Amino acid sequence: MLINSNFQPKREKNDRLPPGQYETRDFPVLSLGPTPVVSKNPSADGWNLRVFGLVETEKTWNWDEFAKLPQTDWQKDIHCVTKWSKFDTKWSGVLLDEIMKIVRVSDDATHLIAHSHDGYTTNLPIEDIRDGKAMVAVSYDSNDIEPEHGGPARLLVPHLYFWKSAKWLKGLEFVAGDKPGFWETRGYHNYGDPWQEERYSFD
Amino acid sequence: MSEKSLNKNWQIATLIQSELISVDVKKLVFKINPSTALGASKAGQHYDIKLTAPNGYVAERSYSVASPPEEKDEIEFGVQLLENGEVSPYLWQMKPATADKPGDQVEVRGPIGGHFVWCHTMPGPLVLIGGGSGVVPLVSMIRHWRENLNLPDQENKLNKERKVILLASFRSLEHVLYKTALEKLEQENKNFKFTKILTNHEARIDQVKLKNVLSEVIEKMPMIYICGPTKFVEAMASNLVALGTNPHLIKTERFG
Repeated sequence: MLINSNFQPKREKNDRLPPGQYETRDFPVLSLGPTPVVSKNPSADGWNLRVFGLVETEKTWNWDEFAKLPQTDWQKDIHCVTKWSKFDTKWSGVLLDEIMKIVRVSDDATHLIAHSHDGYTTNLPIEDIRDGKAMVAVSYDSNDIEPEHGGPARLLVPHLYFWKSAKWLKGLEFVAGDKPGFWETRGYHNYGDPWQEERYSFD
Repeated sequence: MSEKSLNKNWQIATLIQSELISVDVKKLVFKINPSTALGASKAGQHYDIKLTAPNGYVAERSYSVASPPEEKDEIEFGVQLLENGEVSPYLWQMKPATADKPGDQVEVRGPIGGHFVWCHTMPGPLVLIGGGSGVVPLVSMIRHWRENLNLPDQENKLNKERKVILLASFRSLEHVLYKTALEKLEQENKNFKFTKILTNHEARIDQVKLKNVLSEVIEKMPMIYICGPTKFVEAMASNLVALGTNPHLIKTERFG
């Protein structure tokens, strides 16, 4: 290992930060293209969430219907693969456990594919979205989620790098077998555990 | 923490050139061993740079590459000095190699990234929109285009006829990166157009400006790359969509 002998850190080592991350108080944005405009209007053009694939009862909610599901408040640290981490971010939303219970996910399902309004997809093992590990977030810091941060609703899986928390969520597809998504087929890690620094496909 | 994954593929890079190219950006050229770099190199990618303090504290940042993929063992970065920055002040004070002294070293890994990349075999005009040091990866794309202009192959007809437009916004004239080289290229090649907006003198880029600068290519399915601060990228991308551009032709990369 190379030591940069006259490197004088301006920050303290912080055990709350995964390796290679630094803390930011801002909320930077990582996305692949223009921000889609998705309204809460309960029509076919507005936001809706379709849950499909290996489920007993396929289900589609519009915004008004989804808002009636039981919500959970979260305060979590988030970690972006571009190296910033943000502590104690406050979100509210519907736990994936709640959604999975309603649609009755088949025992054959091994993975979730999240679909976004801009065509983005990301893949997650089913163990990583159950037992209170993931939610569909509908508010950030007691307000609407800003469009550039994935509003009106985004997936939130804070224990993995933040690209797994798909913005502008429109579909949850349960599948048998893994299917790498957008970044996972463009050089990024298939699983993305920040504590193992699983940033890139070669990690 | 897994030491194995943390250390994987980090390699030593030796500084061979350091030069101020605008009031707050230094061009830094590092020598690396291309046989230990990762995968194929594409224009628009970045490297991770890692600094380790004597007390074991580690800082990592990503920096876009300005050199073209054709340059295998000398990697050029354009590093903006950030107020209160941790890594950029260190990179700025590093000493390049001289006749009697080897250059200072850092650890790097890369190249990384598979979306914000452009290849000369892609169809359509190339539109590059940059804010400040966001032009760095765009310069790699311009160099890649230029490097492949004189190849004899079939595909190259496309490249020779391709229009390449760089529209870049800077705070002032002294903030303009690669000014001389870009202006020279514009004089030499009629297919390359460089428009710079200096926000201390003129209005920021709006829909009218975009429409004017891109009028020649906007209907011809251009590939569009936008890089810069988040607010800049958001404004440019949404203006382009409002002008009727297909969102799938627009690739963005943001910082800050």
